Amino acid sequence: MHNTRILILGANSDIAVATARILAQEGADLWLSSRNLEELEKEAANLRTRYGVDARGVRFDARDFDSHPDFYSGLDPKPDGVVLAFGLLGDQQTSQKDFDQARAVMETNYTGAVCILELVAADFDRRGKGFIVGISSVAGDRGRADNYIYGSSKAGFTAYLSGLRQRLHASGIPVLTVKPGFVATKMTVGKPLPKRLTADPEMVARAIVKGIRKRKNVIYVKPLWRVIMGVITHIPEKVFKKLSL
Amino acid sequence: MELSGWGRHPVIQAEMTPAHNHRVLQEKISGMGTLIAYGYGRSYGDSALAKQVVGMRPLDRMIEFEESTGLLTCEAGVLFADIVKTFLPRGWFLKVTPGTKYITVGGAVAADIHGKNHHIAGCFGDTVSHLKMIGAGGETVHCSRDHNSELFRATCGGMGLTGIIFEAAFYLTKVPSATISMTTIKTRDLVETFEAFEKHADTPYSVAWVDCLAKGGSLGRSLVMLGEFEGEDANTDIDYRPSNGTTIPKWFPGFLLNNASISVFNKLYYAKAQNGSSKKRVGVDAFFYPLDRLLHWNRIYGKSGLIQYQFILPKSAGVKGMEEILQEIAQSGIGSFLAVLKLYGPANDHYLSFPMEGYSLALDFKVQHRLPELLDRLDRLVLKYSGRIYLAKDARVSREVFEQGYPQIEAFRALRKSLGLDRKFRSMQSDRLGL
Ligand SMILES: Cc1cc2nc3c(=O)[nH]c(=O)nc-3n(C[C@H](O)[C@H](O)[C@H](O)COP(=O)(O)OP(=O)(O)OC[C@H]3O[C@@H](n4cnc5c(N)ncnc54)[C@H](O)[C@@H]3O)c2cc1C
Ligand SMILES: NC(=O)c1ccc[n+]([C@@H]2O[C@H](COP(=O)([O-])OP(=O)(O)OC[C@H]3O[C@@H](n4cnc5c(N)ncnc54)[C@H](OP(=O)(O)O)[C@@H]3O)[C@@H](O)[C@H]2O)c1
Repeated sequence: MHNTRILILGANSDIAVATARILAQEGADLWLSSRNLEELEKEAANLRTRYGVDARGVRFDARDFDSHPDFYSGLDPKPDGVVLAFGLLGDQQTSQKDFDQARAVMETNYTGAVCILELVAADFDRRGKGFIVGISSVAGDRGRADNYIYGSSKAGFTAYLSGLRQRLHASGIPVLTVKPGFVATKMTVGKPLPKRLTADPEMVARAIVKGIRKRKNVIYVKPLWRVIMGVITHIPEKVFKKLSL
Repeated sequence: MELSGWGRHPVIQAEMTPAHNHRVLQEKISGMGTLIAYGYGRSYGDSALAKQVVGMRPLDRMIEFEESTGLLTCEAGVLFADIVKTFLPRGWFLKVTPGTKYITVGGAVAADIHGKNHHIAGCFGDTVSHLKMIGAGGETVHCSRDHNSELFRATCGGMGLTGIIFEAAFYLTKVPSATISMTTIKTRDLVETFEAFEKHADTPYSVAWVDCLAKGGSLGRSLVMLGEFEGEDANTDIDYRPSNGTTIPKWFPGFLLNNASISVFNKLYYAKAQNGSSKKRVGVDAFFYPLDRLLHWNRIYGKSGLIQYQFILPKSAGVKGMEEILQEIAQSGIGSFLAVLKLYGPANDHYLSFPMEGYSLALDFKVQHRLPELLDRLDRLVLKYSGRIYLAKDARVSREVFEQGYPQIEAFRALRKSLGLDRKFRSMQSDRLGL
């Protein structure tokens, strides 16, 4: 990863931090972006101190669509790879009652993601190089009563990445979709997660870096998730609607 | 969740709030009631235990390293293991390190930990330049030897009772290699052991393993281990690869470790060493962190857990004090797998720092029948010789015994009171000791 610069979108996510550390350890320089610049600067300092790479923080708000072109054109040097990690889980009950929250979830996970990745894709396509990683979710594989606002936004994002992969295939630009299953991060603090199905951020990060290196298409971090989602997506709707999963 | 220190005794139900970032931490603290910081749980007893704890590990960023002075600034949840991994290859090492690298920077400050070089380098707090903390009301407080110096002296060794440390700056030291040249001296009794320490007081690192079941004329026979970094010149490209340990399984049956097996182990270990003095070269991990090679080695004590008992006696107590205590242990027949003896240099001015000029002994005991009585007897001997007990290892000492060992205790209490810290930061240990 020497002489490679990677842009992390949503770099304060626990998964993103773990990923950035592995990339930096392998010699990559980094742009760390999201809203909380103070935290980003601390992590950038950490990466510089630990690994001696060039890491810098830069403000980015996925929901501020109009700011994306300036944000991306302001990056100098331009990234050779992008990892999109930002996401908003929200609370399903609240999202049902309060459209503002539902909108925040959708605008973060889907609209905002599409908005920035289109700019990235255009740039990579023109330069004929680069790679894109998007962290989506198994929640997008099928809508369920207890998280369908989040789930549908991730479903949209998964479909988007799949289309983008096809489009960029001809230019040799790989697109990796990551579906981590449960991960113990600040997003899920206080939620009782089944141990066997829960990964830690480092495990997800290692899978992401391996996925980049092997130019994978879709990865589930814990293999069991692929099986579980395979079953869940095949349950007939007639039956599925009566289940509480 | 279930929470315990390294001794796995006591085990309590606690609520753990992870410190994901400094701002969240500040907000939470003001709304939380009483609490204590939890580093990596390598203190043995109940220092880091309370109904509500704040988990410091997520704050693990290194902020800055000043190459010209060796000053490292980092968040409190950074592990010593990470510091060694990051800086030893560049020619820098911790000025003071304990016998495990799996501790946090915050835990190192809070216990004012010491290493095998205390007689030369002092405590970890002595290498600290300044601290950033969160006080009782959630406010940020800075302290150092010149600024808020009382708070600084109370915090180094203050066992988390003066607030949450979220950032620390401390000096690393240049080293020439990642190899230690080690000399082992086999001694026949306690007098010889003490003599070996005194004779080699200029050697940077020294520690002795004592056969605590040996009696009579062999009482206090030991393997004294001396070490120094190999090489002369500063080196900025050191080959160091951290060694990965083997994990002891959760279900390891505690009965395998009993007084008979400990006695056999002690005899063999002592017998195995060459008579007189022998030399060899060992890596940093093998020399400083031999126990880390067995991850979760505390599990060999089984479900009941272990108690570590560490005390220090001033030099004035001489061989006599240590001898009387060793006799008491040998007579009890309750063996300690690991008994570690060390020479210490002068005390610093931190209120509750453990070290003082003299000798300390650390013993690991499996929790068992008759142990409480033995430890009570040892407490009385420690007091008789004007010694004291190390809080980072303790889960049981009484308020009376504790207080007599720490003459600055009232200043510590007064500071806690005046800053309202006593109503916010409390552990099971501090409640027991009325700190
Ligand atoms: C194998 C082994 C060998 C050891 N060898 C030595 C040795 O040679 N010398 C020595 O001195 N010690 C030694 N120890 C003890 C150990 O170094 C100390 O107990 C140290 O404090 C553990 O750090 P921790 O991060 O695990 O802290 P914890 O055990 O989690 O907490 C210890 C204390 O520090 C406080 N604390 C932790 N983080 C913070 C923070 N951020 N802000 C405020 N307070 C905080 C806690 O409240 C608690 O009072 C050894 C322990 C083991 C297991
Ligand atoms: N944790 C899980 O169990 C799990 C499971 C499946 C998928 N995922 C997905 O994995 C990704 C990372 O998850 P995580 O658990 O590591 O998340 P996390 O720790 O909760 O972090 C999410 C980050 O997204 C950033 N963010 C939120 N809104 C943003 C916006 N409008 N603009 C820019 N950045 C924004 C935030 O940083 P700032 O506050 O600095 O902006 C935040 O640190 C997410 O896409 C998530 O949906 C997580």
